[in-house]
Amino acid sequence: MVRVPARGQEMTFEVSRRSLLKGMVGAVAAAGLPHSTRAEGPVVKSDVFSVLVDIPRCIGCRACMRGCQRANDLDAPQDLMDMEHLESRLEPTHNLWTVVNREGVETRRHVKRQCMHCLEPACVSVCPVAALHQTEAGPVLYRESRCIGCRYCMVACPFDVPRFEWNNGLTPVIGKCQFCASQRLFKGLPPGCVEACPTGALKFGRRDEMLFEAKARVHARPDVYVPHVFGEEEVGGTSWLYISDVPFEKLGFKKNLPKRPLPSLTWDVVSWIPGIVAVLGSLFGLLAFNLSRKTHSPSAPKDEA
Amino acid sequence: MIGWLFLTAVAGVLGWLAVSYGLGRPPRHGLSWAAGATGALWAVTAVVLAIRFTRGMGVMTHMTDVNPWGIWVGFLQAGVALSGGGFVMAATVHIFHIKRFEPILRPVVLLAFLGYVFVALTLFIEVGRPYNLWHPLAMWQHHSIMFEVAWCVTLYLTVLAVEFSPAVLERLGYGRAVEALHRAAIPIVILGVILSTLHQSSMGTMFLIVPQKIHPLWSSTLLPVFFLVSSVAVGLCVTVVASFYAARIFGKTLDRWLLADLARAASMVLFLYAALRLVDVSARNAWGRFTDPGWLGGVFLLEVGGGALLPAFLLSRRAVRDRPRWTVAACLPVLAGVVLNRLTVSWLAMVPYTGPGYFPHWMEVSVSFALLTGVAVVFGVAVRTLPVYPAADSPSATILPVRG
Ligand code: SF4
Ligand code: SF4
Repeated sequence: MVRVPARGQEMTFEVSRRSLLKGMVGAVAAAGLPHSTRAEGPVVKSDVFSVLVDIPRCIGCRACMRGCQRANDLDAPQDLMDMEHLESRLEPTHNLWTVVNREGVETRRHVKRQCMHCLEPACVSVCPVAALHQTEAGPVLYRESRCIGCRYCMVACPFDVPRFEWNNGLTPVIGKCQFCASQRLFKGLPPGCVEACPTGALKFGRRDEMLFEAKARVHARPDVYVPHVFGEEEVGGTSWLYISDVPFEKLGFKKNLPKRPLPSLTWDVVSWIPGIVAVLGSLFGLLAFNLSRKTHSPSAPKDEA
Repeated sequence: MIGWLFLTAVAGVLGWLAVSYGLGRPPRHGLSWAAGATGALWAVTAVVLAIRFTRGMGVMTHMTDVNPWGIWVGFLQAGVALSGGGFVMAATVHIFHIKRFEPILRPVVLLAFLGYVFVALTLFIEVGRPYNLWHPLAMWQHHSIMFEVAWCVTLYLTVLAVEFSPAVLERLGYGRAVEALHRAAIPIVILGVILSTLHQSSMGTMFLIVPQKIHPLWSSTLLPVFFLVSSVAVGLCVTVVASFYAARIFGKTLDRWLLADLARAASMVLFLYAALRLVDVSARNAWGRFTDPGWLGGVFLLEVGGGALLPAFLLSRRAVRDRPRWTVAACLPVLAGVVLNRLTVSWLAMVPYTGPGYFPHWMEVSVSFALLTGVAVVFGVAVRTLPVYPAADSPSATILPVRG
């Protein structure tokens, strides 16, 4: 059975990441890191790897899905991705990390879905063992060997991305897009899906470049595009960006997403904990000590623990 | 279908026994009835667990990628809340030094310990890779509230075990060790109370990350406070109910005025809790969503009205508090209300977001049910074999008539 490739690749990944760092994001490594709500090393938002999805350019051929299966050695059934199956709706699974579906009957648009690689990922902030972690270059990666399978990441993800291996009794994994980080990005290659796309609906680059490109395209054709880059501000920004000629809500994109990064919601409370412990500890200590002196008399029955 | 019928039958038998014992009219062969029903439940659950650990959760639960947390998480949350009696009573006796509650401290601590055992066992079955459950202790990710929860469960379970250990040690005749524990009682209790405060509230903090997925009647930044306050209230009520049943089933004696005092405290905390909930919904202008969907409005009414306000009112009446049976009857809705609250926050309030795709598989319920009965049986065995309750001739053991 093909498993999530993170296992056994942590070493190679570390090495390639380091060499990549030298070339690409030296600035990040050198930067004095301010206190951050992020669970792992902070990313420089403009520098991270990014993909721009131009929805009107997508013809729904699902070549990107096949590219993903190949690049990541996943064993999801291949025939599901054939052209004839385009009428059937696909949902991502633990071994199907990206899907393309026709969204809305009358719009006839196709939308590729996968992990958005949030700049401030909720999944990373909730994972109790850092099985999900964010690399300095942006991609949010999963390490099977650490995971306890609590599925908090699935609950927390604002885009409902992580998937669980429900039919595995003892070694289920979480499956989600790894941005082809260790196999391709850190070796200077584009993600498998982008390479496979025949129409240029997917474009790979740095986030500031992709954001600029997105705005340029929207600006150049205001008659075509809706004036919104999905992912620019949602939940604090995502690495994957979308532009569309049909309002995003009609294509199944989440509305009402807070602009504020989600991890800060929990951190606001978690960061209080040491203070609470200190206050409660001294308060109870004082109380117990004083009251025990007041109430204690030789004839009183002994405390029991 | 057969599974549900089976569970209903087991629940029916046990419920009938509970009511008849509560009314002081135990049926003939009551205990063998209970043993039969429980045994059948355990046998079935053993098979269920075998399926869980061989073929995966997909075949024996209705959880999916859209509903990754099912009823186990809700019951786990409820188990934590219902164990709240332990830290409330420990604080009362050892921090505030209200010593007259000491006779019921041991059974309550035992109950809390067993409640946390229930939680830990549920967790062991619920997570995908239970053999990795020690990872949070070694691989720190202190931004995760789940990380804190893992630590709290582990530490607090240990503290509860230590708090209860004198009963075991006394029985085994290790007087010296008991003496030593007596001297360390206060620091241990303080540690336990702090851990509980953190853990109870962090069960609510877990849901702060998904404000957009939870129905506005429940999606509040005050969730940690609500979880903490309601656990205090339900902890007091559990203490009342458990003390009463222990007296009835095991023939232990009980001071009914202690029950009345507990009930009065519970009433005050419940009023506070209900007020907080109502003010919170008003402050967030969420009443407009009360009937959207209508059934969730109904759940809110049941939970806050039926589970908090009504019992708070009843328990504030002298007439109710003077009669142990009435007190227990007024405390039971609090237990149900808190269970409903935890199930709602972790499941029902997310249904408008996830869609109605999840309803527990009977096998999920049978696992929780089996763990619950298991814990109850261990409690019974401990009460029979260990000095959990004060000896009948001690001065604090009086008054409630013993029957059955
Ligand atoms: S989209 Fe979900 S899984 Fe992907 S980085 Fe964001 S929170 Fe994590
Ligand atoms: S399921 Fe695994 S990856 Fe997801 S939060 Fe839990 S430990 Fe982390």
